[in-house]
Amino acid sequence: MKRLVQFVVILGISFVGEVLDRLIPLPIPGSIYGMVLLFLLLAARVLPLGSVRETAHLLIKWMPLMFIPALVGVMDAWGELMKILVPVLIASSIVTFLVMGATGWTAQWMLGRKRRGERNRD
Amino acid sequence: MTDCAYLGVLISLASYCIGAKLKNKFRCSLFNPLVISGLLTIALLLLLKIPYESYRADAKWISYLLTPATVSLAVPLYEQVHVLKKNTLAILTSILAGVITSLVCVGLIALFFSLDRASLVTLLPKSITTAIGMPLSGQLGGNTSITVAAIIITGVVGNTFAEGFLKLIRVTHPVAKGLAIGTSAHAMGTARAMEMGEVEGAMSSLSIALAGLLTVLLIQFI
Repeated sequence: MKRLVQFVVILGISFVGEVLDRLIPLPIPGSIYGMVLLFLLLAARVLPLGSVRETAHLLIKWMPLMFIPALVGVMDAWGELMKILVPVLIASSIVTFLVMGATGWTAQWMLGRKRRGERNRD
Repeated sequence: MTDCAYLGVLISLASYCIGAKLKNKFRCSLFNPLVISGLLTIALLLLLKIPYESYRADAKWISYLLTPATVSLAVPLYEQVHVLKKNTLAILTSILAGVITSLVCVGLIALFFSLDRASLVTLLPKSITTAIGMPLSGQLGGNTSITVAAIIITGVVGNTFAEGFLKLIRVTHPVAKGLAIGTSAHAMGTARAMEMGEVEGAMSSLSIALAGLLTVLLIQFI
């Protein structure tokens, strides 16, 4: 019963997200409005964590399944994929390393600076 | 037979189970259950001569819960918000640096190959979680199937090479490693970050939602 109530809460927020998507003329998926809304409700302690927690983790655990139909759609988009195959492969491989490097170096630099700052204060 | 309401769901879920079993047997990131189930399902549909449309018509029920599942990502984000509080500025700046790098590099690739707008928006969300990247690509007029494929290839690359690459470029701080992996290779990279250590895992999973949200925000300006 508890899980069902949690599911109802999450469905309710998903519905509000869907409504916001229709009201706000921005290319932001309804699920993003819902996610931000749920986060704000949890952070403001309007909703206790226990009102969504177990069902939320279960849905996340099963999420990869929900991508299968879209992935299988590649067979339908095969011609289109072949036309841009090289850019797709470059974006998925080389750019991934560039993003990893940019994030990692920025983080390490900022964390190092902070640590030096703390040491100078001592 | 091909218009049975349960066939598409059955094929998809059964092949996912096989993928999960294979992954337990061979601990290699190519044996990702999603990759295996995608390939097996395509192979079966081609073999049985089932057109994609009739598969999709009944398999779409699997995706019905995608929005509630994405909404649920707020829960782990909330549960990890305490790790954010310690190094807020460093974390947000580095994830932002990664997101901008991703968008700019994909933009440059699109310019270089003179891709049309639809192909550009198909590739822009390639580093973020499928939950956010797929609907984002759809809303902007991209091809969601190609977006999902690019996101998955990115995840496999990140999962396989993250540890060696970060060592090579001398990123050694556990916080920096986690942020780098989560921002560049979403949940599939995070699986590897969790094996590397607790801090790496927590930082990486925090980056999944934050990099996704920042990408949604920045894409509004293109």
